[in-house]
Amino acid sequence: MVSPQMVMYEEEFNLIQAVVDRLVRDANAKVVFIVDKNGQLIAASGDIDHVDTTSLASLTAGNIAATGGMAKVLKENEFATQFHEGEKANIHIQLVGNRVILVVIFDSRSSLGLVRLRVKKASEELNHVFESLLAKGQEPGSDSPFAEITDEDIDNLFND
Amino acid sequence: MSFINYMAREINCKLVYYGPGLCGKTTNLQYIYERTNPDAKGKMISLATETERTLFFDFLPLSLGEIRGFKTRFHLYTVPGQVFYDASRKLILKGVDGVVFVADSQEERTEANLESVENLRTNLAEQGYSLDKLPYVIQYNKRDLPNATSVEELREMLNPTNVPEFEAVARTGVGVFDTLKAVAKLVLTELKKGSGG
Repeated sequence: MVSPQMVMYEEEFNLIQAVVDRLVRDANAKVVFIVDKNGQLIAASGDIDHVDTTSLASLTAGNIAATGGMAKVLKENEFATQFHEGEKANIHIQLVGNRVILVVIFDSRSSLGLVRLRVKKASEELNHVFESLLAKGQEPGSDSPFAEITDEDIDNLFND
Repeated sequence: MSFINYMAREINCKLVYYGPGLCGKTTNLQYIYERTNPDAKGKMISLATETERTLFFDFLPLSLGEIRGFKTRFHLYTVPGQVFYDASRKLILKGVDGVVFVADSQEERTEANLESVENLRTNLAEQGYSLDKLPYVIQYNKRDLPNATSVEELREMLNPTNVPEFEAVARTGVGVFDTLKAVAKLVLTELKKGSGG
């Protein structure tokens, strides 16, 4: 397999969640979430009950992928930041360490300047966490829970 | 690339429906969406043109149930089939865990099928994947049409490696869930193998 599996452990998850929770407060944001480049939601915070984060996660990843495609055409490495301004809601998208995407949704209670400032700090913290997570995944003996499953377990999933 | 989350006790996998323009990739997803329990699915997203041709992708999140306390979630994507959207197709293949090739059984689409399966192989190779190593199934769609090529002929052209294959009429749902189950099962089996179990 070319791309290693992403595995999220409790320790790193708590660190990531703490960064995301803090960013909601510091940036006066409505919602903050983190998605991997394949569209899998990693962590979310804020008013998430009123937002379809699964849909947003896949669309964000599609958006970043398309923007990355444009960058390639222009011989740029990556466009790391995107900002979309709406009438009520705004969305700030930041690529972190070329691996995950940090998304901040905010309204008039915040400002682009504040969001950018706070995102910058949060990105650095997140980068460290994801680096150590990646290193952990490559350590020998890091078993996936799927090592133990049987063919029967898989069959049972489809017996309906 | 599957994503295992120990905190949420979830495993997430990405499936991509590939195939020539108008072969029925979106129709497959629409049927799955219509026939799935509301609590097992999320919203289906279609990024399409005004004439309902897929522009970027369709997306449907599904949860299949639990294995050993882990929720299994599958994200289903389609690619735009039209030839000139190749850049978009490449993007959608990133991080794929399993592929369904939807072939259009109609005789006049023979060349389009061949071209698309070749395109799939090339685009995967560009990202370092080999179609022969990925969980992969083929669906022969539109079996109800009078101008459908025989399955034997389609097999000879499109399935030289003898991967699981299914006859389908995606519009009415024939073969749709069989195809999905087969590829999902291959992906889970691959995960088990990949972890050395």
